[in-house]
Amino acid sequence: MKAQRLGAWIAIAVGASYFIIPLLGTLEFSLRMRRGAYSFDAYQSVFSDIQFRETFGYSIIMALLTIVFGMLLVVPTAYWVRLRLPQVRPVVEFVTLLPLVIPAIVIVFGYLRLYNSSSILPLTGSTSGTNALLMFSYMTLSLPYMYRAVDTAMRAIDVRTLTEAAESLGAKWPTILFRCIFPNVMSGVLSGAFITFAIVMGEFTMAALLNRPAFGPYLQLVGANKAYEPSALAVIAFAITWLSMGLIQLVSRFQQSASPKA
Amino acid sequence: MTTTTTATTTAPLISKRAIIDWLGIAPFMIFALMFLVVPTLYLVTGAFLTPAGEFTLKNIADLFTPSILSAYWISIRVSVASSLGGALIGFFLAWAIVLGGVPSWVRSGLLTFSGVASNFAGVPLAFAFLATLGRTGLVTVFLRDWFGFNLYSTGFNLLSFFGLTITYMYFQIPLMVLILTPALDGLKREWREAAEILGASHWQYWRMVALPILWPSLLGTTLLLFANAFGAIATAYALTGSSLNIVPILLYAQIRGDVLHNPNLGYALALGMIVITGISNILYIWLRMRAERWQK
Repeated sequence: MKAQRLGAWIAIAVGASYFIIPLLGTLEFSLRMRRGAYSFDAYQSVFSDIQFRETFGYSIIMALLTIVFGMLLVVPTAYWVRLRLPQVRPVVEFVTLLPLVIPAIVIVFGYLRLYNSSSILPLTGSTSGTNALLMFSYMTLSLPYMYRAVDTAMRAIDVRTLTEAAESLGAKWPTILFRCIFPNVMSGVLSGAFITFAIVMGEFTMAALLNRPAFGPYLQLVGANKAYEPSALAVIAFAITWLSMGLIQLVSRFQQSASPKA
Repeated sequence: MTTTTTATTTAPLISKRAIIDWLGIAPFMIFALMFLVVPTLYLVTGAFLTPAGEFTLKNIADLFTPSILSAYWISIRVSVASSLGGALIGFFLAWAIVLGGVPSWVRSGLLTFSGVASNFAGVPLAFAFLATLGRTGLVTVFLRDWFGFNLYSTGFNLLSFFGLTITYMYFQIPLMVLILTPALDGLKREWREAAEILGASHWQYWRMVALPILWPSLLGTTLLLFANAFGAIATAYALTGSSLNIVPILLYAQIRGDVLHNPNLGYALALGMIVITGISNILYIWLRMRAERWQK
């Protein structure tokens, strides 16, 4: 038993150092810009870069739009499948898993061929069309996570009883959906939203191939041209991922402590 | 004949309800068709067509030329190495937090971190490894200044097969930990006790009880890690530019500028990726269904 515990600690020590050393390395490297002393110069240089602000803002807006439209698509679908079409559940679930099976680069390759400026639906012909296509591509990428998060939250509530109760009180469909179902699956909506945010902020392939000025391609560009700024950006990106995941934990813990009372 | 008559008598009522039912998921189905199914099928059919639109198998045959085969081969090697390495280390970490008797804060800390690290991929991950193991990275400099050991004189290069593999393992290990921890939690204490009462040694318990139960989870997750690495591009692109010729990077160059000088060969390249990730994912799902038999 003692040997086993020793082995466990060795495994954890090895794993932890593999996880932590690159983070320390990145942090240390990002502070090295000024010769001979640690400083925040690299961060200053990043934050004063107009392109950083523009691409970061662009990606935040895209992430928010993706979350709003994604949830407007996913929540009613998951609700409807549970309420009225349980027989198509395996099909819907299979479809939501497809973005994990088909590599993102293949999906965007299909978009570029299908929606180019000489096709029936020339989305890539205009800036707003390309922006819309990029948002749809982000919705596709986050579909597996959003659907699973919402569906798990929906499993915990009795969709049928809630709907019947609302109907018998005279509620119409929009009321049922937005004032009854949405608030009850809020924990799922929020965790889906945070993971979507983390995915969209760092996404590179889709934005680069659709030629949109998002944060991911900007990161790549800085990485190819500068020395210390990439590390500062990696620290910032890691902080965003950490924040998103931390918020998911917080939301699920909130849900766990709230559900016994409900 | 009877079925038709009953159908016609009740048709208006049934069809109205059925139509509403199906209309409810119409937006989702349209979305899935437009942005998932049709774009993929377009590439798949394009792989079997000449630029003039006639059926051909030449594109598929052209995949077996040395330059494309070597891209697939490097991709498969990187994916296999990083998934096996990730699976092995991930297994030991999951074992340590579930059965190793470590305090519970270690367990929750590692699981939280794994949730973050498995999503920390793409371009920033490449930066992190460049800052650590690059020519002036923290570890490289540390080894040189303190031990007089020059990492790069041993032939090590971060922009290589080996470098890409250890970089990918940064998101592979946490994914393995996240998926395998519930499977290890599912190993019932009774099984171990029963084995011990029957006189089994520690090793015999693992070889004859635990591993036979765990192998679908282990193999399935390894396949998932494989597909995960095979489709990834951003990290590799930011790390190596186009110096390492893996399939996603070749496809990226093809989309950007038709480097293969045949658009339909590009479709075949994409089809090859779908086939490889598709097969490993289907096997993963099948193995996971087998694994769940023990987790009831």
